[in-house]
Amino acid sequence: MRPHNLSVVTVTIPHQHSSAARPAPGPAADEGLARRLKALACTAPLHDLDARKANLAGEYGVYAMAEVALAAIDLVTLNMDFDTGADHDQIIHRLLPRVAAQAPGRDTAEHERVARWVLENLINVGSVDRGFRAVYGTFGPDGAYVRRDYDFKLIEEVAGSGGSIYLRTTDEAVNVLVGALDTDVTSAQIAAEVKLEVLINRGRLADAQLAAEQARYRTVQYAEILRRTLEATRRNVRAVDWLRTVPDMIAEALDHVADRYRHENAILTNIRKARDEAEDPEHKRRAAELVDIVKDCIRRHTQLQSRLLEAGPLFRAEQDRQAFAAPPSRAGLDLYGQLVAPVLPLPVEHATRVTDAFFARGTGLRTPASVRVIDLVDGLLTPPVEREHLGAEMPEPDLVATPDDSRFTDEQLDTALALLDLPPDAPRRLSGLLAEARRTDPELPYLLALLAIHAASPPVGTAYRQGEQRLLFAVDDGTELDDPEFGGADLIVGMARLDHSARPAFEDRGSGGRAPGFGKGRGGGVPLPQPTTTRTEEQSQ
Amino acid sequence: MTDYRETEAPAQPDVPSAGQGGTITAADAADAARLVSFGLQPKLLPARDAEYADLIRRHREDPPFARLADAVAAGLGLVVLEVSPRAGMAVAAAEDSVFAVRMGDYSRRAASDAADRFLHGLAHLAIAAMAFPRPEDLADDGYIGRITVNGIEAFVRQACRRLEETADANGENTDPATDAPGLEAAWRVYMRRSATGATKDARRLAGSTTGIIGKAVAFLVESGFLQRTGDEAGGTYRTTARYQLQVRDMAGSAAMAELLELGIVPVTDGSATLLPPDDAEALDLAADAGLPFHS
Repeated sequence: MRPHNLSVVTVTIPHQHSSAARPAPGPAADEGLARRLKALACTAPLHDLDARKANLAGEYGVYAMAEVALAAIDLVTLNMDFDTGADHDQIIHRLLPRVAAQAPGRDTAEHERVARWVLENLINVGSVDRGFRAVYGTFGPDGAYVRRDYDFKLIEEVAGSGGSIYLRTTDEAVNVLVGALDTDVTSAQIAAEVKLEVLINRGRLADAQLAAEQARYRTVQYAEILRRTLEATRRNVRAVDWLRTVPDMIAEALDHVADRYRHENAILTNIRKARDEAEDPEHKRRAAELVDIVKDCIRRHTQLQSRLLEAGPLFRAEQDRQAFAAPPSRAGLDLYGQLVAPVLPLPVEHATRVTDAFFARGTGLRTPASVRVIDLVDGLLTPPVEREHLGAEMPEPDLVATPDDSRFTDEQLDTALALLDLPPDAPRRLSGLLAEARRTDPELPYLLALLAIHAASPPVGTAYRQGEQRLLFAVDDGTELDDPEFGGADLIVGMARLDHSARPAFEDRGSGGRAPGFGKGRGGGVPLPQPTTTRTEEQSQ
Repeated sequence: MTDYRETEAPAQPDVPSAGQGGTITAADAADAARLVSFGLQPKLLPARDAEYADLIRRHREDPPFARLADAVAAGLGLVVLEVSPRAGMAVAAAEDSVFAVRMGDYSRRAASDAADRFLHGLAHLAIAAMAFPRPEDLADDGYIGRITVNGIEAFVRQACRRLEETADANGENTDPATDAPGLEAAWRVYMRRSATGATKDARRLAGSTTGIIGKAVAFLVESGFLQRTGDEAGGTYRTTARYQLQVRDMAGSAAMAELLELGIVPVTDGSATLLPPDDAEALDLAADAGLPFHS
């Protein structure tokens, strides 16, 4: 398939807006008009997509580009993460179902091209600023008509940890998308959750999902504010008020996390009930989605809480380093207060004079290169040195076979593991296992006992991370072991099934080390849209 | 600016003194020039090179030799900031020196584009401000600043955002007139430029603010002013003694003088301006930078 031209990206300058501006009766009305023109300009890139799709090489008329663009902005907003933002490829991937639904007959490569084209245009990859510019006109105080540039972005690219690039929606985009968002974060969140509860009680799940998504967005916003505060101390302890503001803020945030956690777990229980009792498959699916969203909220809160707990030790260490140092003998120049802060509000012409002065003396020196012609000639005429590709020859290693001093053979290990390969719903006593092992091989009970003791503290987190389906565990219920060779507790040895679908609620993003427990072998679980059982979720409540 | 504090100590017998008999030999001049040439290799430290360390000691203990070396430096168009074992012979290029860095050589776009020129200069100013956030840090010889590329970007962007909010609150229209781009507020130029961007070859987008700051940081590493310590947050760096000297004694005062010439007199009592806000609710901090913004 011929790759169509994706570089048809231009700065959007909707001139029709400025020409639409008529002389206004007064300055106030003019300002209102300018504001509306700007709001209108923010939607222009979306309309522009549908207008320009005809210019693409290929038949793209079937795709509703503005719809894809709005969906992309939605996705980016909802995926804006605690640390970074939404991932490029992830957004493309999630857009695909919608794009594919618009033109089911076309192939996936084309769907992906369309999704990519829309996303790149929302970033406006072709322009230097990677943004949009609209021109509009206003009347100055003296009645003169001035054309002004309005620059804005819809999706911006930000750097994440490890140098990767993530997407974030700008305020303009959020305002276009969700409308008036300028509300108090905390109260808005509470309101959203109360609304959610009411909706669930009345069984209106479609609305409940919308409310849950909004609640998650508030959660992300809240987390973002807290994160910035915590990082302040690292650089300058005195930059933040550790006497009152920050401790209050941390206490508040911890309360908030505890409160939300309780609240969201309650909601989770309710939705689960709704999900399990629902007859309508559509309701069931929606409830299951809602469970995912609320679990995601819980995950974000847990993440927030762990950062909050790090704050105290960090402050004390920085306090040692910064505040208790001997005061310097001379006063220094306050680079921010005396240079950066005064320069930024200046007109760029003037500000450049200051930055130029700093640049000329603050960049260090470079020694100019000077070459004699004769050296140059010699250097250019010298043939390049042949490089040895393989390097020096390796001496033949002198290998000595080490004697096999293993206590147990591989066959013995296989036999022991086969003995321990128990069905998940039938755990066994160690004594029984030992007796059975002794019948096949007198050495085997030792290996079996070792394996059983090892299983007494199973590495659940590691098993989760490695995607294990099942995990051997041993529990001491107080029964004494009656055995001719071994003493101690008669452990109950069993096989636990690990439920990976339940994991995200407890996962500490990236490490995923802590899992709260494993199943007790109660069969069945809950028949749900998810493929596996959900025992782990239930235990944690 | 040369550090003569210890020159009162008697010269050691094994150190040949340039002042003996009042004559300066060609060998003395060669040694002095050699010392200056060491100073022109900013990444070289006396601790790593025995000959350099010897010459540094001689400079400190033999005043006539010190005068000779300083004269050589001055003749080459260099300003001697400090001669010490920690910084070596810290020299800076005078304005019209052949060693001076010119904006046009630094970045080709900056030579032609006013916005780029400003952004490149601002990047260097912001790096210094982040490396030495408190006045004490700049004054304290033992202080080592730590910066990250993303932190600086976030810091400046947040400061610009504050100005934007203030302008909005005051009801100012900051959109520049289309025919007078030079009158656009400086912060607005920064806000307009995107922070980062994806490129086809996974490198930094050179025109983004992160790219511009990354270039400045890499340049300062070449100047022996910063040392790379890690890759987190776009690259983490720590400052060297030379950078502190350069900012304190050269760049800071030059920029201040230019600012005063523009009629802007920042009033300060020498204490830090990055302080907690009076309003306890307004705890507004930049991501990655960890500094609040108050002016």
